Amino acid sequence: MTTDKQTLLRVEDLVKHFPIYRGVIRRKVGAVRAVDGVSFEIKQGETLGLVGESGCGKTTTGRTILRLYEPTSGHVYFKGQDLAHLKPEEMRKARKDIQIIFQDPYASLNPRMTVREIIGEPMLAFGIASGKEIDDRVAELLDLVSLDHNYASRYPHEFSGGQRQRIGVARALAMNPSFIVCDEPISALDVSIQAQIVNLLEDLQKELNLTYLFIAHDLSMVRHISDRVAVMYLGIIVEIANRKDVYVNPLHPYTQALLSSIPVADPKFYEEHQRIILEGDVPSPANPPSGCRFRTRCPIADEHCAEVQPVLREITSGHFVACLKVTPIDDQKEVIN
Amino acid sequence: MANQLLNVRGLETQFNTPEGIVHAVNGVSFTLDEGESLGVVGESGCGKSVTMLSCLKLVPIPPGKIVAGNAFFKGEDMLTMDSDEIRKVRGAQISMIFQDPMTSLNPVMSIGNQMAEPLMLHMGITKEQARKRSIELLEMVGIPQAADRLKDYPHQYSGGMRQRVMIAMALSCMPQILIADEPTTALDVTIQAQIVDLVKRLREELGMAIIWITHDLGVVASIANRVSVMYGGFIIEESPVKDLYAEPLHPYTIGLLNSLPKINREERQRLYSINGMPPMLFKKPKACPFAPRCEFVKDHCWQENPVLESYGRGGHRVACWVDVTTGRER
Ligand SMILES: Nc1ncnc2c1ncn2[C@@H]1O[C@H](COP(=O)(O)OP(=O)(O)OP(=O)(O)O)[C@@H](O)[C@H]1O
Ligand SMILES: Nc1ncnc2c1ncn2[C@@H]1O[C@H](COP(=O)(O)OP(=O)(O)OP(=O)(O)O)[C@@H](O)[C@H]1O
Ligand SMILES: [Mg+2]
Ligand SMILES: [Mg+2]
Repeated sequence: MTTDKQTLLRVEDLVKHFPIYRGVIRRKVGAVRAVDGVSFEIKQGETLGLVGESGCGKTTTGRTILRLYEPTSGHVYFKGQDLAHLKPEEMRKARKDIQIIFQDPYASLNPRMTVREIIGEPMLAFGIASGKEIDDRVAELLDLVSLDHNYASRYPHEFSGGQRQRIGVARALAMNPSFIVCDEPISALDVSIQAQIVNLLEDLQKELNLTYLFIAHDLSMVRHISDRVAVMYLGIIVEIANRKDVYVNPLHPYTQALLSSIPVADPKFYEEHQRIILEGDVPSPANPPSGCRFRTRCPIADEHCAEVQPVLREITSGHFVACLKVTPIDDQKEVIN
Repeated sequence: MANQLLNVRGLETQFNTPEGIVHAVNGVSFTLDEGESLGVVGESGCGKSVTMLSCLKLVPIPPGKIVAGNAFFKGEDMLTMDSDEIRKVRGAQISMIFQDPMTSLNPVMSIGNQMAEPLMLHMGITKEQARKRSIELLEMVGIPQAADRLKDYPHQYSGGMRQRVMIAMALSCMPQILIADEPTTALDVTIQAQIVDLVKRLREELGMAIIWITHDLGVVASIANRVSVMYGGFIIEESPVKDLYAEPLHPYTIGLLNSLPKINREERQRLYSINGMPPMLFKKPKACPFAPRCEFVKDHCWQENPVLESYGRGGHRVACWVDVTTGRER
């Protein structure tokens, strides 16, 4: 359904390590391998969902794409340029086209700036508008995110969480970007407000032909909003496919366990289904297990999994899995879902 | 019939803040039977935590003030107990676990010492016995190599392990009631599933009653046999768990359930969303607190606040003037 569309973003073998320093002379003693060789594509107008447990590297992936973190290595091809290797001035220009919406609508807006200043700031910084033009554009943007344009002179603390997130969305849209990284845009919001923001993001996508990388830990919301979904574990992608393939026919044991852990708002479900309960915690990304990173919690791992690091392989068309136990000839397993 | 453990009547709690009086809990009544598992749901600020904290006299006074109500634990009103009496109830008979385990664990004391202290105090056992019991408890909640990990400090445990320690401590004196205030909200889904599974198993083994506070309708479905839905400091619906999901009666509950993404949705469908925002609590509402956001709203709803009344099947109660099945006033 999206195959005829153009690729807008191609991430290739992206790596971001955070050095760990110790001692008075701050000697480097190791590194947090937050993102450790991640590759994926996003097509024009598409939403790629990125899920995985806390600390698996979702935010770092999003930020490294935007060069808010300097990549350790790898490539980020966006509209024919490799963002990972642009000079600072070129990157500044490219940044007009790629924006980010942050998780925390409270922390991400400057409390001493009015809504007009917050939304207008990028336009001023890029010198593409001034005075009255900015006022008009701010009013238009507030309209777009369904906020009264009389709010322009107010300060962030006068708004609710959902309204603040709308302001964050308006700011991201100010430069007419084509690509937006949405880093947990709804996690900090009330349940009854989450649906409002998700609908807004979907409406805007249709209207403005936006492309999203949608990062979230709410797996059912990701299912709702995404065309394709990538599942991360300890700095790598373990499975990536169409939304339906991931949710209806997950092949990686981690994806299966993750999906099986989603709380379902239906008491009858729990009478009829047995959940896969994973044991233990996610290991430290400073010292990931040898071979397959998931093997320490995997119900089907064997000695082989400790020796060989699996790579993403295409199992069925467009469905990629990094697991030694899942091979293209395998019969598709019964899956609890 | 099972014995009633808790009987809370007309609880009202307010906070005095620079911006004015916050009417956090506005006349809440509920009961809890022996062995029962009650889920309390509602969005941020609706009064879930303050309700439970009030019952146990854990609300900071000032700024807080319990304005009215009773909270009977096995017939005795906890709200009129003196500090010694209530401390005995809290330590041994009713335990509470909180959302963020880091704030309730002492960062500069080893896990072993933190666990042993209340055991020695409430169970009157020796240090060595307390140590043994701590190891048992940690093993029960699934901490590997428990004996070796007693000397560790909280920061050396992962988030999921700290929450397990909190549960172990809460269970250490074999309480009759465990109140869990969003104990899994800060955790990942796989760890959340572990904790929910653990608490369910322990409930079966130990036969204690549970109150589980959360904003996640999925978690409630998995753990509760009865559910109270709170909004703006009121319980607006209360029901056996299956009926609540199959036939919700309050427009707010219906809205919450509808706004969840559907599992078996095929084509991209807009999410249902409730208009507007949760209420500010600076005035005690004279009318239905949900009226400004309600799709079924009638004139009556702006004039008088409905009380919880039984409708539908056994044990299903709702505070609403409108019969949602017909859209007309009852
Ligand atoms: N600036 C930083 N310096 C050092 N380590 C970092 C930094 N940012 C992230 N990390 C580490 O990198 C790993 C990945 O973190 P990241 O924030 O990308 O995870 P995440 O998947 O977004 O998690 P969450 O769901 O909790 O937001 C973690 O171990 C984290 O502690
Ligand atoms: N110490 C306090 N001082 C002033 N106001 C308070 C205090 N504690 C709670 N409140 C207010 O009381 C109301 C109810 O708060 P409560 O903590 O019970 O909400 P909750 O339902 O538990 O929400 P959450 O899901 O966010 O935990 C809120 O409006 C809150 O701001
Ligand atoms: Mg993150
Ligand atoms: Mg609370």
